[in-house]
Amino acid sequence: MFDSLNERLSGLFDRLSGRGVLSEKDVDEALREVRVALLEADVALPVVRQFMTKAKELATGEEIIKAVKPADQVVKIVYDGLIDMLGGEEPEPLNLNAVPPAVIMMAGLQGSGKTTTSAKLALRLSKFDRKKVMMASLDTRRPAAMEQLKLLAEQVGVDFLPIVAGQSATDIARRALQAAKIQGFDVLILDTAGRTTLDEALMSEAAEIARIANPIETFLVADSLTGQDAVRTATAFHERLPLTGLILTRADGDARGGAMLSMRAVTGLPIKFLGAGEKVEALDVFDARRVAGRILGQGDIVALVEKA
Amino acid sequence: SRTSQTLTEQVTQVFSQKESLSDSDLEALEDLLIESDLGPQISANISAKMAQAKFSSSKDSTAVREALASALADELVNHEGTFEPLGGPKPYIVLFVGVNGSGKTTTLGKIAASLTAKGAKVLIVAGDTFRAAAVEQLKVWSERAKADFMGRKTGADAAGLAYDSVVKAKEEGYDVVLIDTAGRLQNKQALMDELLKIVRVIKRVDPDAPHETLLVLDATVGRNALSQEQIFGRQAFVSGLVMTKLDGTARGGILIPIAKASDAPIKLIGVGEDIEDLHAFKARDFARSMVGLEPQA
Ligand SMILES: Nc1nc2c(ncn2[C@@H]2O[C@H](COP(=O)(O)OP(=O)(O)OP(=O)(O)O)[C@@H](O)[C@H]2O)c(=O)[nH]1
Ligand SMILES: Nc1nc2c(ncn2[C@@H]2O[C@H](COP(=O)(O)OP(=O)(O)OP(=O)(O)O)[C@@H](O)[C@H]2O)c(=O)[nH]1
Ligand SMILES: [Mg+2]
Ligand SMILES: [Mg+2]
Repeated sequence: MFDSLNERLSGLFDRLSGRGVLSEKDVDEALREVRVALLEADVALPVVRQFMTKAKELATGEEIIKAVKPADQVVKIVYDGLIDMLGGEEPEPLNLNAVPPAVIMMAGLQGSGKTTTSAKLALRLSKFDRKKVMMASLDTRRPAAMEQLKLLAEQVGVDFLPIVAGQSATDIARRALQAAKIQGFDVLILDTAGRTTLDEALMSEAAEIARIANPIETFLVADSLTGQDAVRTATAFHERLPLTGLILTRADGDARGGAMLSMRAVTGLPIKFLGAGEKVEALDVFDARRVAGRILGQGDIVALVEKA
Repeated sequence: SRTSQTLTEQVTQVFSQKESLSDSDLEALEDLLIESDLGPQISANISAKMAQAKFSSSKDSTAVREALASALADELVNHEGTFEPLGGPKPYIVLFVGVNGSGKTTTLGKIAASLTAKGAKVLIVAGDTFRAAAVEQLKVWSERAKADFMGRKTGADAAGLAYDSVVKAKEEGYDVVLIDTAGRLQNKQALMDELLKIVRVIKRVDPDAPHETLLVLDATVGRNALSQEQIFGRQAFVSGLVMTKLDGTARGGILIPIAKASDAPIKLIGVGEDIEDLHAFKARDFARSMVGLEPQA
């Protein structure tokens, strides 16, 4: 649907071929194309600006390598800059470094994928890391939210804190902690209700849950299809909760996923996982290279980068 | 002559004290549009239009916002549609489609409640036979809405259920049938084919059905909404758009490029999780809220 950055730049640089270095004017023209490409990829405007300043420094005066088209070269500079801004090539692992039970708390907007991702994490931790995992649903609002997590717990074969009707989210958090402690669980995953950041009552409820449960990991679970709102949402959750990482869901969609970069850039938090499907197995470790290539609309960026 | 014409223009301008916006004001407006998800191109176009506009004072930010809101409303007014399931044939079959988590089930529940409140006989059909507790979730909504419910076990064939529901609704004289479907990403062709199968079997009972296919979009979504509209629109014959979650910080400005691209009008907006949080789409109010103005009295 949208041109890749490389296509955008190719036309521009046809006129420039044969020169030695990228002049400031060349760079400015190229960066205007980069700006549009990033906005088309849903990178948020403040983050685009921040990125442009950096990219300009990197690109100005860069020598044009004879064998490479200048378009490819600018794409590579942008690509490397994106990877850097996404937190580098090495993914940050899940942190469970706590006196058991290590608590993982999930938070985010309505429908972002918290409940499904809770089950995906539970599966990964129990199956690959041989941890004894319990999940608890603190969602007292959405119809059948608790049943949803309960069914998923059965499906992935982990324990589920029994449902007690009428308890508040904070009461459930206390009960879950106690149960997990007494029964010797390694990990306790707390799923919470979706909330908008403007809902003061629910935002303070989430903060209170975090205070009670003292989670070692608090994830903001967000949709990778998100547009410009990514900045407001990530900032607002980051202000109210002790977030330690981001999980972006629906990476199996066909969005460019600029929201991933936006959220990472405004919070400085590592993206730890990507949701890649509805099934409980579909959780990928974050890969900055893949995401950077995707933001640029460049499936085959590896070949390009090897040339440059 | 040329001079006199220029002079006349100057005189008129002095008398009406008209000012245009400064470059930095225009840039701020363009940023506002980009940050509302209108996309770089349309934002630049609208900002260029605003550069032509004259104001009694360019420092009067309310007047500028008003002008911007009306420019945005112009893009939307021809795409305002109404959802009227009680005016048409009976049973009126409505299908809810969209990507995962966009708000289909909740929107269906809200609609059901508003219809039963008007005395309509409504059948809710749990066509999401995939997601954990999707059936239970919709069942709760049918109780809230006091509508009849039809569902099967998770894993059952959704198309078969849809077919049976339409047959039942015909036999038992229902006014409206609301059929939920599982969330699916539009780039997954196998899942889109399953949706098309649901449409096909419904048509076997009633060739004119579904009478309405609502594509439910989340206001936080960015450029991908265009792809959602395009693919669902073409493959699932979408006849109306619903935008949910406008009670959060997202302004839903993606509707502007969508309105340009889509044949289907925008019909409803969701502004919360409760049963009454669904409104008819009003282009002017929507445009005003995008630029931070209250709806006009
Ligand atoms: N395609 C795809 N679908 C996903 C992914 N993660 C979650 N989903 C789907 O997204 C929808 C919403 O997921 P939930 O886990 O219920 O989201 P939630 O954040 O718990 O929602 P609330 O509790 O209502 O706020 C469901 O249909 C899930 O199957 C993903 O990575 N890819
Ligand atoms: N704030 C807000 N939340 C909403 C709105 N509409 C739906 N939701 C919430 O969004 C979440 C997902 O809504 P659902 O109706 O389950 O979405 P769905 O499209 O049926 O999801 P799947 O069936 O999993 O694809 C739930 O937590 C709803 O309560 C709205 O207008 N505003
Ligand atoms: Mg949930
Ligand atoms: Mg649903």
